[in-house]
This record gives sequence, C-alpha cells and structure tokens, in this order.
Amino acid sequence: MAHEYSAAKKIATKTIIILAIVTILEVLVALTGKGYIIEGLHFTPWIMNLTMIAMSLYKAYLIVYEFMHMKYEAKGLKLSVVLPTCLLIWAVIAFLYEGHAWKNNRDTVTERSKVEVVE
Amino acid sequence: MNTDTTDVKHTDHDTTANGSWEGAAQPFKVGYGKLMIWYFLLSDAFTFAGFLIAYGTLRFSMPSWPVPDFVFSTFPFLDGTHPLLFVTFMTFVLLFSSFTMIRAVQEGHRENRRGVAIWMGLTIVGGLGFLGCQAWEWTTLIGGEHMSLTTNPFGTHTTSGVYLNADGTPSEDTFEAGQTYLIHRMHLAEAHDLADTHAGDHGGHGEAPEAAAHDDHAAEDHGDAHGGHAYAGTGDYPDAVVDERGYIHRKYVPADGENAGKTMHEAFGPKAFGALFFFITGFHGFHVLSGVAFLLIILINVLSGLYVNRKNGNEMVEKIGLYWHFVDLVWVFVFLVFYLL
Repeated sequence: MAHEYSAAKKIATKTIIILAIVTILEVLVALTGKGYIIEGLHFTPWIMNLTMIAMSLYKAYLIVYEFMHMKYEAKGLKLSVVLPTCLLIWAVIAFLYEGHAWKNNRDTVTERSKVEVVE
Repeated sequence: MNTDTTDVKHTDHDTTANGSWEGAAQPFKVGYGKLMIWYFLLSDAFTFAGFLIAYGTLRFSMPSWPVPDFVFSTFPFLDGTHPLLFVTFMTFVLLFSSFTMIRAVQEGHRENRRGVAIWMGLTIVGGLGFLGCQAWEWTTLIGGEHMSLTTNPFGTHTTSGVYLNADGTPSEDTFEAGQTYLIHRMHLAEAHDLADTHAGDHGGHGEAPEAAAHDDHAAEDHGDAHGGHAYAGTGDYPDAVVDERGYIHRKYVPADGENAGKTMHEAFGPKAFGALFFFITGFHGFHVLSGVAFLLIILINVLSGLYVNRKNGNEMVEKIGLYWHFVDLVWVFVFLVFYLL
C-alpha cells in the first residue's frame, strides 16, 4: 500500500511536469510561428496548427489516462467513454467543411451582385 | 471537527453498509457513482465540443478573423503588448490545481484526512485564482476594449495599406494583410447615457463641438500610435469616422485588392466573435465556479468525518477529482481553439 502510494505520487509529479513542458512548447510554437520571437521567422500555418493540435491531444491523453486514472480502469469503461468521442472527428470535419462552403457561397453572391445585367 | 488531527484507521466500516450495490461483481469494476460521473463527463464533453465546433464553423465561414495573439495581449500592471502571456499564466494556475487535486485523491486512498483537506484546500485556491484571472480578462475586454456580445471592435485587414494623417495625407503607419486592429472608443458627452444601451438609432445628434473627447485606457494598453488624438464628437474626419456610439474607425488606403487607392475606414470584426468568446469561456468559468462549490462541500464533509464510515471511503473525493480534471481537460481545448490557433 505504501509502495503503491509513493509510485502514484511519482507518476502524478512526472505527469504534471510533462503537461507544463508541453504547454510552454505550445505557446512557443504559436509565438515563434507568428514571428514574435525570432525576427522574420514564420512557420507555415497548417503545419504549425497541426503541431499544436497534436500537442493538445497528447495533453488530453495525459489528463484522462493519468490524472483521471482511465489507464487503470476496466476495458469496458475505457471503451464506453473513449469510443463515443471518436464521433467528434467526423463532426469537426463536416462542420468546418460546411463553414468553408458558407464562405464560398457568400463570395459567389458578392461576385454575382457586381455583374451588370445586359438585356 | 473533533478528529481532524488524527488519522483514523478503521477496518470495521464494512459492517455498517449493506447496500444494494453490493452484488458479487460491479459493472466495469467501479462504483455506481464513479461510473455515472464518467458518463456525465462524456455528455458534457459533447456539449463543449458542440460549442467549439460552432466557433470553428463560423470562423471558417468568415473572410477574416481576429488574431488571438493581438486580442489577448494585455497583462495586469504591465504596459505594452504581451501576446498570450496572461492566458498562459491562467493555464498554469488551472494545471497546478489539477495536480493538487490528484494529490488529494491519493491521500484519500490511504485515508489521510488531513492530507485530503490540505490538498483540496489548495485546489480551491487554484480554482478561485483562475476565476479571478478570468474576471480580470473579461473586465479588460468589456471595460477597456469595449467588446460586447454583439459588437466586436477587433477587425482584421485583408489587404496591406497605409493609414491617413489628421490632414488626410498618407501617414507613416502602414499595415499588412492579416493584421488585426482594435477600434478604440471615446466617450461622447451627448451620447454618454445611451452609449452602453446600444440604442441603435440616434442619428439626430449632430457634432457638438463643445463635447470634450478623451481617449481610452485601451489605447495605452495596446500601445497604439493613434492614442492622444482627440475628436470633437460623432462625425466624419479626414483620418477617421467616429460613429454615434463613439467608436473611432480609422481611415486608410489599401495598397492592393479591389479597393486599392480608395479611402476606406476600419470596419467592425466578425460579429459572432464576442458572443462566442463570452459564451464559451463563460460556460467553462461556470464549470470552474460550480467545481469550487462542490469542492467546498466535499471538503467540509471530509473534515466532519462523514466519509469515514462509508463503505467506499473517500470516493466522493475521487468523483470531484474526475470533474475537476475534466474542467482542466476542457481548458486544454478552449486554450487551443481560442488562443493558439
């Protein structure tokens, strides 16, 4: 029991340090990529964004699996909580695509309203 | 409270409860309450995901969007711009309170009531600290920069160009495409009472020359070169248009794009930005607030020894722990979507 306790304590300390480091890295990527830290240096936006999304997902994994102890729960509980969130992957793709389509529609309407009708 | 200095060792608590959840096997090997809080958190995750996806959809549907490291660049007691510094600080406050929470849960496992109380107390302090930070952030945005649910003074240039001087000639002040600006607001003497009520149509007010205008704190906050310039009141000036609510839309000439060479004035940013920001961070802040309330209740119960005789011991501490980590988890994504991307 005492051994288990000190092992858990160690894991918690290790996890919080990793979370802190990843958070600092995220902010550094965001600021460096937009040219705040090194003059004239910019990252390609989509690479930068993918990096930050990946780092945030890693943070989420650490919080759920270590802090919330999901790693040590029964397999059925793990699957019944984690699997439904996979639906969100499609939700993100579908809605962002839809948002982009709204923008295209608006652009089309703006273009058309400029065209003069010749009879 | 009489026992809060002694670590109570008890082995006889099995005799007091003979509950109906005591069958041979528990589903998924966890207690009923813990299983249900997992499913509550799953549904809450979908709620937050819905909000954040709505934000993404609206952002993708707009030709431009305020750049977060310009919008969120103020820091208490410091002048100048500090992009993302304050919100990183907030993230660390919440992260640290997540760590103290897990320590409380671990102390609960070994029935150390004193340890639970200390670490839970620190968690409450962290939660309150985060709420305080958020209050300051909102105050700056609402009071200093005049953002509201329906007015977004943060616009973004889609072309490069140059601002105009007070006499209408091109100035030294240039901008690039994708650069975000803040439309400052001055206090109009004649419209002062109406200013905050969003009374849309009071065009009858002419320019009152005696209406003394003074610039905002916001101008200093952002180190804006335009600070210090005073306008007499609502009207069309060579270098800006002051609307009837006192927002100063600076004039500029785009260098490229379809309006190149024409004189334009700064337009408000995407209207939904304020509502999305206040609603989503407010909903998260409300989770933090209710988390603090539950933490307090459970802390009092721990101190009073309520959980000593329970069959599942300090499981309540674990449950509030799950909720508290979830609040931190949501913040990871709010931080990503609102501040980093």
